Amino acid sequence: MSTTAMLRIEVNGEPREVPEGASVADLLALLNLAAPKVAVERNLEIVPRSAWAATPLSEGDRLEVVHFIGGG
Amino acid sequence: MTLDFTENELRRYSRHILLAEVGAIGQAKLREARVLVVGAGGLGSPLALYLAAAGVGTLGLVDHDTLELSNLQRQVAHVTARIGRNKAESAAETLAALNPEVRVEIHARRMDAEAARELIPHYDIVCDGTDNFGTRFLLGDACHLLGKPLVSAAVLRFEGQLSVFQGHRGAPHPCHRCLHPEPPPEGLVPTCSEAGVLGAVTGVMGTLQATEVLKLILGIGETLTGRLLLWDALDARFRTVKLSRDPACALCGEAATIRDLSAHEHAPAPACVA
Repeated sequence: MSTTAMLRIEVNGEPREVPEGASVADLLALLNLAAPKVAVERNLEIVPRSAWAATPLSEGDRLEVVHFIGGG
Repeated sequence: MTLDFTENELRRYSRHILLAEVGAIGQAKLREARVLVVGAGGLGSPLALYLAAAGVGTLGLVDHDTLELSNLQRQVAHVTARIGRNKAESAAETLAALNPEVRVEIHARRMDAEAARELIPHYDIVCDGTDNFGTRFLLGDACHLLGKPLVSAAVLRFEGQLSVFQGHRGAPHPCHRCLHPEPPPEGLVPTCSEAGVLGAVTGVMGTLQATEVLKLILGIGETLTGRLLLWDALDARFRTVKLSRDPACALCGEAATIRDLSAHEHAPAPACVA
């Protein structure tokens, strides 16, 4: 068994590895995305910003960064 | 609610009345309904056109802006000859020509906190088709506090987003701040006038917005309450994701701190409502 503590996830349709135990907030930091302009969807569900730090990523998670838009 | 229709009404709405989910009762519900459309622009144009064509009895149009040549690539409720006119007035003229049975209430004013308090209580449903985050957050807060459903669409470049917010009905329904707790700092997210928008994208999103309004009035199907619809026109891909109520939300959460519109008073005038 491998002891590499990496999780394979998908971000915006692209495969990516993150350290085991990483949270949604950690992923956004890795992606260098500013919190005030995105929402995050994990497995077809929006993760509230208040829960980013406490939401751990799991193997196989599919995440999409949803950009905040406000045009009319 | 009266089910009396004139012969012209029966003919005009016959394709609706044929639908089992609408019928004469549904058509009468549409005639009784009062819908406020904020922003007579890219989203508000198709939205108001379809609501008027559908026979929504009373449509309020809010826009303080004047029509410009650069609006006409997408704002299809207006025509070239009306450049320089107020957009709520211009759209009202088009709607009256399309369906004279509909009463159009023109609010040629900026949607600020005072306008929100004065106008929103007179309508059943509010639609956000504005082009700035300040007005979007004002409308979201006002609708929640005044207990009105908000059908909110947004566009930029080739993308569209749509949801229905009814946080005032309590759990599990989210409010707009469950998705985005705060507006982005100024300059972080571009507007359509800075980044552009494909005109047809506003047409699709405004029409989807109209469809959600009609579903709410008729009480049919599953609305986008508690869901967010995302569309990327370049990928030709629609996705619908779940949006839950955030217990920590400042507007609808257990320890909510937003109790009135005071944070929106004396807000700097938004750049544009389009």
